[in-house]
Amino acid sequence: MSNPYAKLPAWAEYGLIPLVNLVVAFLVAGLVVLLVGENPLKAAYHMINGAFGRGEYIGFTLYYATTFIFTGLSVAVAFHAGLFNIGSEGQAYIGGIGVALACLWLDKTMPWFVVFPLAIVGSAAFGALWAFLPGWLQAKRGSHVVITTIMFNFIASSLMVYLLTRVLKPLGSMAPQTRTFEAGGQLPKLDWLLSVFGLDVGNAPFNVSFLLALLAAFGVWVLIWRTKLGYEMRTMGFSPSAARYAGMKEARITVIVMMISGGLAGLMALNPIMGEQFRMQLDFVQGAGFVGIAVALMGRSHPAGIIPAAILFGMLYQGGAEIAFEMPSISRDMIVIIQGLVILFAGALENMFRPAIGRGFATFGRRFPVAAQRGA
Amino acid sequence: MEFFDTIVAILESTIRVSVPLIFAALAGLFTERAGVFDIGLEGKMLGAAFAAGAVAAVTGSVLTGLMAAILISVLLSLVHGYASITQRGSQIVSGVAINFIVAGSTVILGEAWFRQGGRTPALDADARFQTVTFPFADAVKDVPIFGPIYSNLISGHFILTYVAFLLVPFSWWVLYRTRFGLRLRAVGENPGAVDTAGISVIWLRYRAVICCGILCGFAGAYLSLAMSAGFVKGMTAGKGYIALAALIFAKWRPVNIMMACLLFGFLDALAIRLQGNPLPFIGQVPVQLMQALPYILTVILLAGFIGKAIPPKAGGVPYVKER
Repeated sequence: MSNPYAKLPAWAEYGLIPLVNLVVAFLVAGLVVLLVGENPLKAAYHMINGAFGRGEYIGFTLYYATTFIFTGLSVAVAFHAGLFNIGSEGQAYIGGIGVALACLWLDKTMPWFVVFPLAIVGSAAFGALWAFLPGWLQAKRGSHVVITTIMFNFIASSLMVYLLTRVLKPLGSMAPQTRTFEAGGQLPKLDWLLSVFGLDVGNAPFNVSFLLALLAAFGVWVLIWRTKLGYEMRTMGFSPSAARYAGMKEARITVIVMMISGGLAGLMALNPIMGEQFRMQLDFVQGAGFVGIAVALMGRSHPAGIIPAAILFGMLYQGGAEIAFEMPSISRDMIVIIQGLVILFAGALENMFRPAIGRGFATFGRRFPVAAQRGA
Repeated sequence: MEFFDTIVAILESTIRVSVPLIFAALAGLFTERAGVFDIGLEGKMLGAAFAAGAVAAVTGSVLTGLMAAILISVLLSLVHGYASITQRGSQIVSGVAINFIVAGSTVILGEAWFRQGGRTPALDADARFQTVTFPFADAVKDVPIFGPIYSNLISGHFILTYVAFLLVPFSWWVLYRTRFGLRLRAVGENPGAVDTAGISVIWLRYRAVICCGILCGFAGAYLSLAMSAGFVKGMTAGKGYIALAALIFAKWRPVNIMMACLLFGFLDALAIRLQGNPLPFIGQVPVQLMQALPYILTVILLAGFIGKAIPPKAGGVPYVKER
């Protein structure tokens, strides 16, 4: 009886309520645009045009979406076990080491399809490693995973500054980045996928890691709803005491879940490093780990929700650049506001409109009892 | 003597960088002791710094700037309170949301209103806090040992600096010696008991959240009206999280908080000082290690290797009166 709210039909629970929350978040964002003295409708037009107007734009939108699918899945997996992993940002950052090492080692001698699997393993391993400690500390020492992962984000960023300025930087170079990878460290673009729809990918760095992201989404669905571990995770997330009573090993699950979550975050590094810049730069994650929180909340931690949510945020990132070009007073920081509003309304305030919607259903149900029963 | 002067200089900058941490960590103390976790210290500080910078630039008055900072910070606190107390949403999620909303809107609004790349206009002397010189500070300056300590370390800070250090015993008094403080701590440990005594848990928690807002307002105003002359985008630069770390490191106790903030401030001051200079006995220490040290120390503490940090028992749990 922990849920004080009336039960709603599934379509309202998974469709209507997230939609209402999202609309409210965008309405508030529109208010900010008004406050700046611009027309929100025009901004929306520029955004949608900038995100989908041409094949190249769509390529960019999907490139960003790829990143957000990984980080969204990372946060979602942890959510299912009742853990809040704010550390996807740092885990993705550290995951970059795995990608960079694989590329620096083999890019001159091997083709990309040999380097890519190694980079996948490397990025996932480094990401998982960075999540292992917070997970282990929560499981064994009782320190809260939220606080430790925040701390680990900062530690990761200091560590990466050190590595990129002292260790991984080529001799004689001033810029804090690795050398540019040769052909073996560059992922092929998915131009053929877009040309099926008659679109030209142009300069957009839309690459094969998108397919890996879709695969990862499917993998997460299998993990959570079709495996024993997934069942244990969900039980623990729903009721830790029930999980304990059923003899599930909480400590073990916590550590494994955090490592899976960190591994997924680490995979994100493949997209910008091997797919776009062909080198590891300072700050290549650019807040994608935090976008993952918004994506996971909006997608209700289900892969089928995360993919559209990631595409929506990809649209915001790509379309946001277009708005910034057309309306100079609205820079890309607008996205950060929208991201915050989505986290607020789809996350912390998710129950704000629930009583009203519930009442609506109750009134509706009295008038049409059959429909309500079928819906329930 | 040169060594002594260096130490005084480091300690002086330690005090300067610790002040916002003390304000913010004490802010966190009030909400977290009442059972509302707050990751949004960073965002509230940033919002307050922006409000202070913007209003002081327009009105030319430092006090109006401070008031604006407190107002904005309290409003943000109330959003956090509404989400986590009234709507019983996740406190962590709400704090994260506030950090992002503020990080984005300070840049957008600052650029739209002032068009200086996310800065607010540089403030004149009247529109920012001035340092306070204690009596005889100049006279005793040349007295060995005592002189530099009195005139550089004790005298010559901003009025907000003294406010911050006075707030430490004041917070202790409020939390441990007043009825409000007792109830506030009780509501963080066992809200059911407080409710049974006929005291409103909701209202108490809202008051705690408002206290937090006021203190974060001071922290932000210090950044943009005292430490620098105006707001610069992202000027909190993780100080809110360091304050959070200090709060945990101090095991949610006022005097420990001051010590923890001074320690983290000292590490910061030392890191700036040591840039490029080797440390005796240890040799060259990477600056990045010094910067990461507060976070590393907090992780180690949280893991229970140095004492044990036990958070308020009902922290993070929304209170449901009846089921």
